[in-house]
Parts: sequence; structure tokens; C-alpha cells
Amino acid sequence: MKQEIIKSPISTILVWLVAVLVTGTFAWILGDIIFHGVGGISWEFLTTAPEDAGRSGGIGPILVSTGLILAVAMGVSVPLGVGTAILLAEFTSATNWFGRFVRRSLDILAGVPSIVFGLFGNAFFAKTLGLGFSILSGGLTLACMVLPILIRSAEEGLRGVPDELRLGAAALGLSRTTTLFHLLLPAAIPGLLVGLVLGIGRAIAETAALVFTSGYVARMPQSLLDSGRSLSIHIFDLSMNISGGDTNAYGSALVLVILLLMINATAAWLAHQSSSKYNDSYQFR
Amino acid sequence: MTVTNLDNSKARTQQPALMRTEQLSLSYGKKIAFEDVSIAINQSKITALVGPSGCGKSSFLSCLNRLTDLIDNCRVTGRIFLEKWDVMNRNIDTIALRRRVGHIFQKPNPFPLDLWKNIAFPLKEHGVKNRQEIDSIVERVLKDVGLWDEVKDRLKDSALALSGGQQQRLCIARALALEPEVLLMDEPCSALDPISSGVVEDLIASLRQKYALLVVTHNLAQAKRIADYVGVFWVRDNRGKLIEFGEAKQVFESPQHDLTAAYISGHRG
Amino acid sequence: MTWLEDKISSPSKLNKSSQFDWDWVLVWVLRIMAAITGAIVLLIVIFLILESLPFLLVKGIGPFFTDPTWNPTEGLYNFTPMLWGTLLATMGSVVVATPLGIISALFCQYYAPVAMGNLYRRLIELLAGIPSVVYGFWGLVVLVPLINRLHPPGASLLAGIIILTIMILPTIALVADASFGKVPQEYLLGATSLGLSKWGTICNVVFPAAKSGLFTGVILTVGRAIGETMAVLMVCGNVVETPSSIFDPIRTLTANIALEMAYALGNHRSALFVSGLALMAIIVLLAVAAEVITVTSSPVTKNS
Repeated sequence: MKQEIIKSPISTILVWLVAVLVTGTFAWILGDIIFHGVGGISWEFLTTAPEDAGRSGGIGPILVSTGLILAVAMGVSVPLGVGTAILLAEFTSATNWFGRFVRRSLDILAGVPSIVFGLFGNAFFAKTLGLGFSILSGGLTLACMVLPILIRSAEEGLRGVPDELRLGAAALGLSRTTTLFHLLLPAAIPGLLVGLVLGIGRAIAETAALVFTSGYVARMPQSLLDSGRSLSIHIFDLSMNISGGDTNAYGSALVLVILLLMINATAAWLAHQSSSKYNDSYQFR
Repeated sequence: MTVTNLDNSKARTQQPALMRTEQLSLSYGKKIAFEDVSIAINQSKITALVGPSGCGKSSFLSCLNRLTDLIDNCRVTGRIFLEKWDVMNRNIDTIALRRRVGHIFQKPNPFPLDLWKNIAFPLKEHGVKNRQEIDSIVERVLKDVGLWDEVKDRLKDSALALSGGQQQRLCIARALALEPEVLLMDEPCSALDPISSGVVEDLIASLRQKYALLVVTHNLAQAKRIADYVGVFWVRDNRGKLIEFGEAKQVFESPQHDLTAAYISGHRG
Repeated sequence: MTWLEDKISSPSKLNKSSQFDWDWVLVWVLRIMAAITGAIVLLIVIFLILESLPFLLVKGIGPFFTDPTWNPTEGLYNFTPMLWGTLLATMGSVVVATPLGIISALFCQYYAPVAMGNLYRRLIELLAGIPSVVYGFWGLVVLVPLINRLHPPGASLLAGIIILTIMILPTIALVADASFGKVPQEYLLGATSLGLSKWGTICNVVFPAAKSGLFTGVILTVGRAIGETMAVLMVCGNVVETPSSIFDPIRTLTANIALEMAYALGNHRSALFVSGLALMAIIVLLAVAAEVITVTSSPVTKNS
């Protein structure tokens, strides 16, 4: 390393400087959130209802709403996404027009800004389908949003299953349905779980798509047709619209960041599991 | 091709062919893998296909049980008959076909399940539901492939924990459990160490009694040891052709084709 | 490997067995699911258009550029200040984040010891996963007051650019890292054996080979920056005015939608959907551009 610094000092120093800068900024942001947020977090904070427009009290109903929105989003998108991924990976050749159409629209869907999802959710789920500002509207909007992530991971999981299994199963006269449910899906489960976890991560971080679909109401939701405030909207509202809401906003932000760190760690662990499974057993070739 | 037809008719006079192909060709996109292959496979005989690699021998096997249905971008023409059954018919029950025509691959491909399930699961899918019946079939086929004494105490272990040779024998047992009439074997010994290879080869020879076997190999010595009939594939004009087909003795001792003679004596291929 | 059955030319006909075919059911269920998935984008476009039409049919797109200002309550719909806001914030952040992201990827691949490189990559992945509302909140309580001390009011184009840079840097870094990872090892060994320095190798070998991946990454990032809403909304001040300096507050198209959608009615609501439609069009164009770059330049990378 010393020799290189002498050989090309400016570029090397620059690269290290950038790395330090990025790491420093990250540490600053995370440190600030932890430093100011950690004092506010307690069992009481997590379970009680917000009071005084959120300046005091906790985030109990908000966590419930967030959970319900996520449940709706994943409950709808997981079957749809896994089904689509199976079709794309197992039953559609690369040249098939329908497969190409679905892939292309997923590519575009992945890039659509979340605020546009919000507009669409408001016009379609809330207004046209008559669901109003509700957990259901918000969850369905998020379901559309996380589909591309889910499908991509599920497809990768399925493609990771070696073709030997498919040929072996077909040669034994097993039907496609049997092969899929007994051999391919079990083998692809780690990949599917990675997609699920990444999808939850994307959904839980989302704000703009929810502002005018699931709404702002901070009460404990009584049904899926009630408006429910997600954790991210709570942070936004406390910091932007409520003076003196910063303390609880810090607490909520820390809760959100911790949830996301846990989700990321789970995804990384699952991805590691799935990559090691087949490489070990089918390595001689 | 006259030689081929002559030999075919000679084979047919002895007994009716169980399975035969007529002018079978296969192409991947615009590339022709092999063309105009006509052979007959007989009951209780081992037919070996030899030839240099890349001449379409494995692709040929995949046509016979319609595994080509799974392969992208390939197209098969010609005719295949299993007794009087037209295998190339679009609406044929491929599940029944594949039950009658078993397939062993070059690389052992046990399912990532335990040993017992590897054999029992396809059986169940083919309608054998009785647990005792399944158990007796599992025991019988594992004895047939000489694996029973090695694994009878660990039928619940993962099949992936077996050695390569054991895995290949398990795959053969798995195919035998479905009581096929024809067994297609795609270089079944080439991914194995020499000792396992010998064991599997002896097993193949012993299966001659009950099945019609079609074995692809590029090991000429092996073909000489076990085959009753031999077909020689060769690459000409960038596509695979069957240049000679006949009784093993005749092909090895007085080959009709110059290329076969050169290949067998080790000058070519 | 797919399961299709049209690989044979069938010489004879035979009636399909009458047995109930589960495979057929499965394939059709899957096709219906995939059709729903594929239709979502179309649905989005259709609903954006439907909601935009009332405005477009009556007034056309003229008012968005010719009205004196944006004041929907008085029927004035000039988008120009917001367009400038979006354009400047996006350009500023992409210009800053691109080199930083690429250098970060270089650090991972070529400069850091392997363990540190992996750790740094994990850190970047974490950064990519942090919600925009958290970045926005940090910007609001830490960054804006800092800028305010430098030059009031603090909530400004500059704050927006900094926050957006932090947010899109991980995207560029991860895409660049992936495309550097695909550069064949032999190229690097070849360059090193010719006596090129590390930086020389990077400029002459790595960059040309990874070019298309880097371009695609930048385009993706532009889309991300244009579409970002919450963080920008929280730090930019949201005054409808074309900025004259980097310390002036701005309002972006996305922030405008988020701020006004809640109470917008009639033409106002419709105008907001028009801006959404415009955003969607930009994203589709960027996706097409990325596709074109990938398609046209991939053979070049293979040959070179």
C-alpha cells in the first residue's frame, strides 16, 4: 500500500478521502438519529397512543396501522408476484411476446416515482373502487409498488435451482404441477424469502405513496377500511407540521431505522443461505 | 445409409423392435444437431451409441422420451415409435411415455430429498399410494442396483450425502421403480470415479435381462464389453449423422465405413 | 429451461386424453396473475390520463407555461418554477453524486483491502435502504439550520441537492460496483503486466469496459432524483419561485403534488395529475434510454 501511495498519490488519496467522507456522513446521520432518539424509546412509547397531536404519548396505533398496511401489501403482492415469477422463469421462453411484455412493464414499474403511485392509488383504489382513504387503499398501492422487487428475487431464486432437477423430474414422468410444488418451490424458498423481506423493507420506508391513500388519521384503526397513519407519515407530520414534535419524531425515526436494519440483516442472511445451498451439493461438474 | 437399413432389417427378422426412429432430426434454431437417424432398439438387448462428443448423441436420447419439450429453441422432425405408439404426436400423454421410457443422465441428479422419498415420491405421483407396496418396491429396486446393503439403515438421510457412484445407482433405482420398458442412459459412467464406474457398468450389463437399454458412451472399450448393437455417430458438414449401425461384433470386427474403422482403431475422434 | 410443447412437427393427430389436466389449470392461473401484474403499468397510465383529461381538454398545455404564476385558487397554473426546481435539484445532485458514487465503487473493488471493501459495500447497501423520510428529517433538523447560519433561510436548493446526493449516491455506487465486478480479471492482469499504474488501469481499462453499466446507473439515478418527494419536500422550503441562487428555496414537481393533493379539487386536482403524467413520461423515456444504452453498447464491451 505504501508504494502505491508514492506511485499515484493524488488519485489514491482522493479515493480514500471519498470513502471516509461517505462513511462519515452516514455515521453522522445515524449517530444523530440514535443520539436523539434513544432516550425517547421505551415500552410505553411503543404501546401507547399519541397525545397532543403526537408531541407526547407514544406510537402504538401507528405501529398497528403500519403492520396492517404491510400485511395488506404483502398479502396481495406475494401470491401475485410469486405466480408471475413462476410463469416468467419456468413457463415462458425468452422470445415469447407475453413474457417480454410483462418484463418490460415491470422494468418501468420499478422506476415509477412513489408520488405517482400515490396519485394512481388515490384515483383508482380510493376514488374509483370507493375504498376511500384507508389502510386497504394504502396497502394495495404499496402492493403495486413492491411487485417488481418481489418478482425479481423470486425469479432469481427459481433460476438458481439447477436444470438437472427439472430434467430428472420430467424424465420420471412427473407433471409440471408436481415438479413445481414438490421440487422447485421448496428449493427456491430462500430466494422467495429474500424478495419478501426486501419488499417489506421498501414498503415500510414508503411515505409519498401513502400520504393520500392511507391518510393521516393517528387513531387505532378498527377495520381495514379505516384510515391509518404509517410510521413514516408520522415522522413526516411531526417534523413538518407540529412544532415541538421533534423529540417524538426522533424516537419514531429510530424505531423505523432499527426495523429496517433488522430487515436488511435478515435479507442478507437469507441470501447467503440460498447461495450456499446448491453450490455445495451440485459442485462437481 | 444402405448399410443402416440392411442391419435394421436383419435385426428385425430376429425380433420386432420395441422402439424405433425414422429419419429423426433435431435442430437448435438454425443449427442442426443431428439428422436422418433411423435405428431400432430391441427388448433384452443393449444398444450402444458411440462417437466423438458434440455429434448429437445426448440430444438424440432426449427426443425418445420427449425431454426435448423442455429445451428452449429446439425442433424435432421425423418419427419415433414405441411399439405401435406414435411418440411424436403432439397430444401424446408424455407422462405415460416417460414412465415407459426411463432416462439416466450423465451427472447423477437425485432430488434434494431423503433416499426413500427419491424413489417413493415419483411412485406416489404415478398412483402407487400403499405404503407397504412402496416400501417393498424401494427395497427391491435398491437391491437390484446393489445399494440396499449400503444404505438400508439410512433411508431417511439426504440423497445428496451419497457418493457420486451411489447417487447414480440411486437414480437408476428411481427409474427402475417405475417399471420402464426402455432405459435411456446418457454416458452414465463418465462423471464417476473408475471404481464406481465399474460398479455401474456391471449393473447396466445385469439390467439387460429385463429391459431394452440404449446407452450413449464415448468409451469404446465399454461399448465393446456390454453392447449387443452399436451405432456410430459422426460429425459431417457440421451436423451429426449416424454413419453405421449394426451388431456389436460386426461393427467392431469388420466395420463397413472407413470413418468407423478409423474411429475404432483409435486413428480418428 | 421452460416447459413448452411446440417443439415437434406432429405427423399424426390424436385426441387429447380426457383426463383432467392440472398442468393446464396451473399455466392459465399463472398467466392470469402475470397479466394482472403486467397491466398495472397500463392502469397507472390510463388513470393518470383520465384524471388529467378534464384540464387538458379545456385548457390544453399552454397555461402550464404562459400563466403568470402558479396559483390554482385563482386559476393560474404555471409549472415553470417547479420545472426549474426539479431540473436544478436533479442536475445538481447527479453531478455531485456520480463521481462520489463511482469513486466509492472503485474503493470497494480496487483500493480497499477485501474485508474493508465488503464492509463498505454493506454500509452503502444500508444507506440505500434508509427511508427518504428519515433523510428528510435529518436534513430538516440538522442540515437546514447549518445552511441557515451560512446564508438564510436555510431551506433551499442547496439543502435539496445535498440530501438528494446522499440519497442517490448508494444507487450509483452499487450499480458501478456491479459493473466493475463484471470487468474480466484478465484485462486487469494484462494492464498490470504492461506496467500501468492502478489509476492508469482504471482510466484505460476499467472505465471503457464498464462504460455501459455506469451510464445505465446514472440514468437510473436521474429517475430516482426526479421522482424523490418527501426528503426534498422537507428541506427545500417549497416557495413557488424560480431560484436565482443556490440559497433560494425551491419547490419541485413532486413536492407540489404532495403538498396540494390533499385539498385540490376540479381543475387544480387535474393539473396535479398532469404533472404526474409528465413525471411518468420522463421515467418511461429514461427507461427506454437505459435500454438503448445497454443494448447498443453490450457487444462493444464483449469485443474490446
